[in-house]
Amino acid sequence: MVLKEKLDQIKETYIAYEEKVGESLKKRPERKETFESGSGEIVNRLYTPLNIENFDYEKDLGMPGSFPYTRGVQPNMYRGRLWTMRMYAGFATAEESNKRYKFLIEQGSMGLSVAFDLPTQIGYDSDHPLAEGEVGKVGVAIDSLADMEILFDGIPLDKVSTSMTINAPASVLLAMYIAVAEKQGVTPEKLRGTIQNDILKEYIARGTYIFPTEASMRLITNIFEYCSKEVPQWNTISISGYHIREAGSTAAQEVGFTLADGIAYVEAAINAGLDVDTFAPRLSFFFNAHNDILEEVSKFRAARRLWAKIMKERFNAKKPKSMQLKFHTQTGGSTLTAQQPENNIVRVAIQTLAAVLGGTQSLHTNSKDEALALPTEESVRTALRTQQIVAYESGAADTVDPLAGSYFIEAKTKEIEEEAMEYIRKIDEIGGAPRAIDNGYIQQEIMDAAYNYQRDIENGKRIIVGMNKFQTKEEPPKGLLRVDPIVGELQKKKLKDLRARRDNELIKERLENLRKACEGNDNLMPYILDAVRVYATLGEICGVMRKVFGEYQQSIQL
Amino acid sequence: MDRPIRVLVAKPGLDGHDRGAKVIARALRDAGMEVIYTGLRQTPEQIVSAAIQEDVECIAMSILSGAHNTLLPKVVEILQKEGVDDILVLGGGVIPDEDIPFLKEKGIKEIFTPGTPTSKTIEFIRNNIKR
Repeated sequence: MVLKEKLDQIKETYIAYEEKVGESLKKRPERKETFESGSGEIVNRLYTPLNIENFDYEKDLGMPGSFPYTRGVQPNMYRGRLWTMRMYAGFATAEESNKRYKFLIEQGSMGLSVAFDLPTQIGYDSDHPLAEGEVGKVGVAIDSLADMEILFDGIPLDKVSTSMTINAPASVLLAMYIAVAEKQGVTPEKLRGTIQNDILKEYIARGTYIFPTEASMRLITNIFEYCSKEVPQWNTISISGYHIREAGSTAAQEVGFTLADGIAYVEAAINAGLDVDTFAPRLSFFFNAHNDILEEVSKFRAARRLWAKIMKERFNAKKPKSMQLKFHTQTGGSTLTAQQPENNIVRVAIQTLAAVLGGTQSLHTNSKDEALALPTEESVRTALRTQQIVAYESGAADTVDPLAGSYFIEAKTKEIEEEAMEYIRKIDEIGGAPRAIDNGYIQQEIMDAAYNYQRDIENGKRIIVGMNKFQTKEEPPKGLLRVDPIVGELQKKKLKDLRARRDNELIKERLENLRKACEGNDNLMPYILDAVRVYATLGEICGVMRKVFGEYQQSIQL
Repeated sequence: MDRPIRVLVAKPGLDGHDRGAKVIARALRDAGMEVIYTGLRQTPEQIVSAAIQEDVECIAMSILSGAHNTLLPKVVEILQKEGVDDILVLGGGVIPDEDIPFLKEKGIKEIFTPGTPTSKTIEFIRNNIKR
């Protein structure tokens, strides 16, 4: 806090400053009438102590590693250990993806991050009619434990941490991971990693839902409970703002809607009889990093502070770990341009810096060619090197939360926190995130922001270099990665062979047990694990659940 | 006055990236067209049947999953089988340049790739629907 008389003095000099600037504007006007942030918030000419009049260091920031964790969840942040450089990868078959993972580990990647193809994410086997044309396209195709064994062949699961972007069928893929580890002689309590497991943002923005809300929330709380006992080092959910932002939200909406989803999961688990401090330490988050570096850094800091307060004040969490918002970051896919793709390397570098200055725990950097196709090995290497340059050459990792105390950053952090809290209040009024999704409120807000953004680009208010300004004549890019269409046929054949050689009677029995469990109230994880172990396929297991639970019906907003 | 152009905006395949589809739908609507949006995960059969039922003059499909070479030509094929030849079929999304000639040959009239202003799509539809 700045002393009152000091503030009065600053107020005087500030007024004088504004007058002086006002004079000079008559001769030389500024570039624009108003300046806006990446999210369209007004940015002032200058920030001074007047913008953070009530700022209280102890209350608003505190020390890193202490409540409210604004400055970071660890006391010394990256001086101890750098963030985990975790590159999201996966395509074609388990064999191909296994090769890419080994390449990434060799290049200094510190954790794996598995991308699954769409049929896997929606719980269909590769031979399902709806899988036609989609097998192996945006990620690896996994139909059964047999594929998962190949995917992690030669990768010791007690040594790596693995993040899996899987939501509706997260329980099944986690069960497969546990079963592969068993075969490697690794017990579940040694496993480290994350499943995304965040169904609410699938309904909002990402679209790979299967079951209706209630059944989905049950599966999620079943996983919380099972892992707290059996797989204690596993992050059971990655509550994701990433896709909300990609769908077009503002930075404050990203925080508000994500934390509102987080509140819904905490409430569901508490209602299922779990103690908040048993599962909350394993909750993790996932945010986006866009180009407006100062806004993004403020966003990460605001999210940490707001979540700490929510856990402490709303849910009476006692353990510090329950209040710490740990997060993964991915650079913003939607900020990349298909035009002059080399420029994307620069965008990703700025976004990397934003994530690091914002205190991320792990980071995926996008490759320059991702507005065009899946990335090649070469462009993935450059994206990984970008992180390494920030880590080892920029100095940004050597002191904790270096932007703290900046008048602009602290004012912006507060502004985003307040705006996000306003969204949470509105969602509470509607009756919580699941209802605010069902009635389309959240989707509508995002859609409005997305449409404004597009209009700003088209009327030239927002400049995207190489796209609506500074264009050049270009040759179509060469050497893009293509997934061989033969992958679909290969997977179908693998499935056919598997169905012929496994014990189909035993599978029938296990699937029947699962069906009964779905109709009752048992935790479903042990039943799913039993089915996975004998090579029941993902489609068969999800098929049983589809029959009992039904399917989610999307609410459409324009 | 001319009756408004009717457009079906559709999401074929399994991908959930509907930002582009929704933005284009809203832009077409703001340009005075009547727009029906199918929602996610539509099969080519569902898209054609919605198009016929809604009596549209244009089907605009958005796809970002990489399954465009399979799914987009199928829509044209089914339209032909149904004896429909007066609907303008368009595609958009993450579609590599080198796939575009193939898709056009299969009867998709134009492909709009990332960064295309919505005004360009609007103009294309106005100039190319069959009336």
